[in-house]
Amino acid sequence: MLKIKEYVKVKDLEEAYQLNQKKSACVLGGMVWLKMGNRNVSTAIDLSGLSLDTIEETEEEFRIGAMTSLRTLETDERIHAWTNGAVKESLKHIVGVQFRNCATVGGSIFGRFGFSDVLTMFLALDSYAELYKGGIIPMEQFAAKKRDRDILVRIIIKKKPVKAVYLSQRNSSTDFPVLTCAAGVEEQGIRVAIGARPAKAVLVKDREGILNGFSQMDAAQKEAAAEAFAAFAAETVATGSNMRASAQYRTLLVKALVKRALKQAGGVDSGN
Amino acid sequence: MEIKFWLNGKMIQAETDPDTLLLDFLREHGCYSVKRGCETANCGLCTVLLEDKPVLSCSLLAARADGKKVVTLEGMQAEAEEFGEFLANEGAEQCGFCNPGFLMNVFAMLKELKDPTEEQINEYLAGNLCRCSGFMGQTRSILKFLESKKTGKEEAKGQ
Amino acid sequence: MKYVNQPMQKKDAKALVTGQPVYTDDLAPKDCLIVKVLRSPHAHALIQEIKTEAAQKVPGIVCILTYKDVPQQRFTFAGQTYPELSPYDRLILDQRVRFVGDAVAIVAGETEKAVDNAMKIIKVKYQVLEAVLDFHEAKDNPVVIHPEDNWLAQVPVGGDNHRNLCASRVESKGDVDQVLESCRYTVDRTYHTKANQQAMMETFRAYTYLDHFGRLNVVASTQVPFHVRRILGRALGIGASNVRVIKPRIGGGFGAKQTSVAEVYPAIVTLKTKRPAKMVFSRYESQICSSPRHEMEVRVRLGADEEGNLKAIDIYTLSNTGAFGEHGPTTVGLSGHKPLGLYRDYEAYRFSYDVVYTNRMSAGAYRGYGATQGIFAVESAIDELAELMHMDPVKFREKNLTKEGGRFIGYDGSPWVTSCTLDKCLERAKEMIGWDEKYPRREMGNGKVRAVGAALAMQGSAIAGVDVGGASIKLGEDGSYSLGLGATDMGTGCDTILSQMAADVLETDFDNVVAWGVDTDVSPYDSGSYASATTYVTGMAVARACEELREKIKELGASMLELSPEEVDFDGKEVYQLEGEKKVSLEAIAVKGTCGNNASLQASATASSKISPPPFMAAAVEIEVDQETGSVSILDYAAVVDCGTPINPNLARVQTEGGLAQGIGMALYEDIQYNAKGQMRNNSFMQYKIPSRQDVGKIRVEFAPSYEKSHPFGAKSIGEIVINTPCPAIANAVYNAVGVRIREMPITPEKVLMGILEKS
Repeated sequence: MLKIKEYVKVKDLEEAYQLNQKKSACVLGGMVWLKMGNRNVSTAIDLSGLSLDTIEETEEEFRIGAMTSLRTLETDERIHAWTNGAVKESLKHIVGVQFRNCATVGGSIFGRFGFSDVLTMFLALDSYAELYKGGIIPMEQFAAKKRDRDILVRIIIKKKPVKAVYLSQRNSSTDFPVLTCAAGVEEQGIRVAIGARPAKAVLVKDREGILNGFSQMDAAQKEAAAEAFAAFAAETVATGSNMRASAQYRTLLVKALVKRALKQAGGVDSGN
Repeated sequence: MEIKFWLNGKMIQAETDPDTLLLDFLREHGCYSVKRGCETANCGLCTVLLEDKPVLSCSLLAARADGKKVVTLEGMQAEAEEFGEFLANEGAEQCGFCNPGFLMNVFAMLKELKDPTEEQINEYLAGNLCRCSGFMGQTRSILKFLESKKTGKEEAKGQ
Repeated sequence: MKYVNQPMQKKDAKALVTGQPVYTDDLAPKDCLIVKVLRSPHAHALIQEIKTEAAQKVPGIVCILTYKDVPQQRFTFAGQTYPELSPYDRLILDQRVRFVGDAVAIVAGETEKAVDNAMKIIKVKYQVLEAVLDFHEAKDNPVVIHPEDNWLAQVPVGGDNHRNLCASRVESKGDVDQVLESCRYTVDRTYHTKANQQAMMETFRAYTYLDHFGRLNVVASTQVPFHVRRILGRALGIGASNVRVIKPRIGGGFGAKQTSVAEVYPAIVTLKTKRPAKMVFSRYESQICSSPRHEMEVRVRLGADEEGNLKAIDIYTLSNTGAFGEHGPTTVGLSGHKPLGLYRDYEAYRFSYDVVYTNRMSAGAYRGYGATQGIFAVESAIDELAELMHMDPVKFREKNLTKEGGRFIGYDGSPWVTSCTLDKCLERAKEMIGWDEKYPRREMGNGKVRAVGAALAMQGSAIAGVDVGGASIKLGEDGSYSLGLGATDMGTGCDTILSQMAADVLETDFDNVVAWGVDTDVSPYDSGSYASATTYVTGMAVARACEELREKIKELGASMLELSPEEVDFDGKEVYQLEGEKKVSLEAIAVKGTCGNNASLQASATASSKISPPPFMAAAVEIEVDQETGSVSILDYAAVVDCGTPINPNLARVQTEGGLAQGIGMALYEDIQYNAKGQMRNNSFMQYKIPSRQDVGKIRVEFAPSYEKSHPFGAKSIGEIVINTPCPAIANAVYNAVGVRIREMPITPEKVLMGILEKS
């Protein structure tokens, strides 16, 4: 059972940061995950008075406040259009609407959970984490970073034109994913992220340049490249076993989902 | 700590612990329709409306309701009777234990989606588990309810 | 019949849809003690030392009990008719703990926080013992789970606690080995089902208090109030007469609450402290220490001749009852007897079984009660046999299925097939799914393939010669009736369907009948709602009681008219002279009943049945398999049921849809896993995924009613049979889709994909 000694609805980020320097303090996200644990929290820090629950759009970027609920992100028409529905697809399988009204984007990203659909999705986009002290850092760097006492303020998506696709394999429709796969095809390059391996999501680096010039390829070339990269991903992405599936099965899924995601992002077929 | 919020249209002011969950707070304050079915935010039985949005009261601190508007099925009795009639006409209320959370989310859905398809209904209500009914009767009751609203409106228009 | 076979709304519908406080925890006194149980972290251990002194001092703690504080007479939690077939192998708290989650100490306090704090500081020293976790290795294992001298089997069922054997038996007809040898086609396969959780939305719970007579009152979410009364009387050593059990509305049962899982803990606290006490199981506890389905491994041998006539069936079931024997000796019987009843004219059969103890959570009763496991095995094997013969498996079934008027061979519930439309059920299910166009598979492109699969099922209607239904009916002063029931509505609607029967027999308005129950002090005895008994035997009791009351009304009416009972009749509204003009209204008779009256206007009746006429069912499913991920999705599930007369078609339909969804959960999603230490890993709804509304596809249900003459309205049961078809039908469809035979539930995408790869 979660125990909380003191609850503080902070006035500003500085207050949150100061309170959070104590090891037993804790910033509250949506609490769906936090409350399941057996934690003793000295000071629960509530950011909900800081207007961080909205999504702003500027010329260059989307700025998603850390307290934005997953449901708000899911139903945001601008992001939906920008990512071809991929962000919505990455969220809609997460338990239920009520759950997603509670869970926050900040909580989901800050937790860097292995099973995270959200982190997988953002890794495939040109996205950044804005930290109160640490400044703005690329999502990949944030994902790799160890948890510290800084405060996650916003998630930023740069508005570079992107064809985004999100796919996941689940044993049942609202379960944790067995494997997640997101692809973001931009003019300059392609990001493919694999999560729920079951370890934390990673970007598959195209070290062999298989996808070079992908956007310019014709359908047959795209298909061949997608298959080759899928095979490469299956070889390079480390998978493991847990209750939901074995490493061996996950590796097969890496291949199937990466191929489908790239084909879909490349407009070769619907990916099904 | 002291919290103040609107519960079913009435301002309520009460002492609570910082770690009291909204679910327990609501039951302590007479809202027995709010049920606990799990400890892991998976079942949807504890669904209430916070600022008109469906949320899991098992995952919210009561403290977070401070200054806000909370509605439980106790505050929507007329709506419950109206829609409940359709649910009961299918025999789909069954044991009834998941009904309050289910109804609260149905009300939220009907507010958010004007004319949902069966697929949209299944997606919106996916977080409301029911072990008795197999869901089919629940869906029938929603579709028939929507249909009756439509015909009702058309009839009203004709007058 | 005005109300029977009509879709009446449930009598409690309005309270349920508006969220009224009608369940156990809503009704519990606010000041009752909170009771929790400290549980064993070890699968098998002896408690060497248990220190509670510090915990006792936690502010608000009122009572801590250990194995030293409980009666030493063993008992069973199983809610069964006395003498129970389940062995007496439990104590409320035992020095030996037998599974991870077994009870170690009972803690009661003023608040939940106090109890949680106290539980943390109870110090227990265990002598950890080797555990028996694999049920294949249980029988005659040197590690004995119940070495105690006072282990008691009241009824000989082939058990021997020193061999970890809860029950065993062999029965047969003809020489099965010889017949199998003579068969052109034979299969020999083994199937495995796991210990699925019923996962009703309301977990186990009860509260207790002492009344003004000093008797223990128990308000419990139970399917078996009368059995709980007896169980507590024995377990607490106070005798059943000192126990009263009340059942309010229940948030689902599915058999889980046919075992007295929670009641004893608050009960002993109330006895020790004289204070009201309450225990509400967490979902975690409901998952790890409750009463799930028996894990079974069923070996099936089948033989058929050249023409596709089924000649022999040989079934061996190994059943895992876990740490205690609740429902162990009985569930296993259904794993053979029910599938054996589906087919006719075979020459020989054998059914043998062993039920073993292991250091896992005790099993219990779950909808289907062994039939689900056996039918999965036999209905899968039938498809495997048909495949061998290159025969459409539906054709094979049409050729061999059980027909009305025939004789049952291996079914123990009735010598004759008194009512059966199984052939029609299958024909209609086939039509509904479009079997002839879709069998076996269709390639859909993009690596997707669609296929169909089918299965048959049956169950019983009450335990023949055992289950007892009870009903009382009385006419009130205002001309209304109250129907007293001991059967337990757990959401299924039995208060409603029994009222429909009563209204029809009494020829009165449905709203003029009030149903109430259950309170063991005042309700008529009923064994409870389980074993598909209520519609059948309690329905009989209701009809009998109402007939008897009709006679009493006639007699009193006749005397008011100064006529003899033979000269009058009763039409529900009036008692009138057959030849003449005299009449008296029901209301007048009712008033007379309360003034200067010596004739009782109440009746009660009891019913039991020598036969257990089975309901039958056929199902056909269409699925789509993704051959690159192994995902299986249900497109359409068509089911046709013969439950005799559906007393309430709406409720029968929802029972069917609900049972099918649970069966689909068992077939595709609910994957019980234990780790090497014997911990059950699916300890929440996060890790035990029951199907959501996006997981069950489209379910379509129709009825093909036969008429069961032994029931006053021609009805049979519906509650359990409906869970039996999904496992085999979906497994058969998966085979038809991709040629992969899954013999262990659930059918996960991984198993399917690995099967596809192995094959190629």
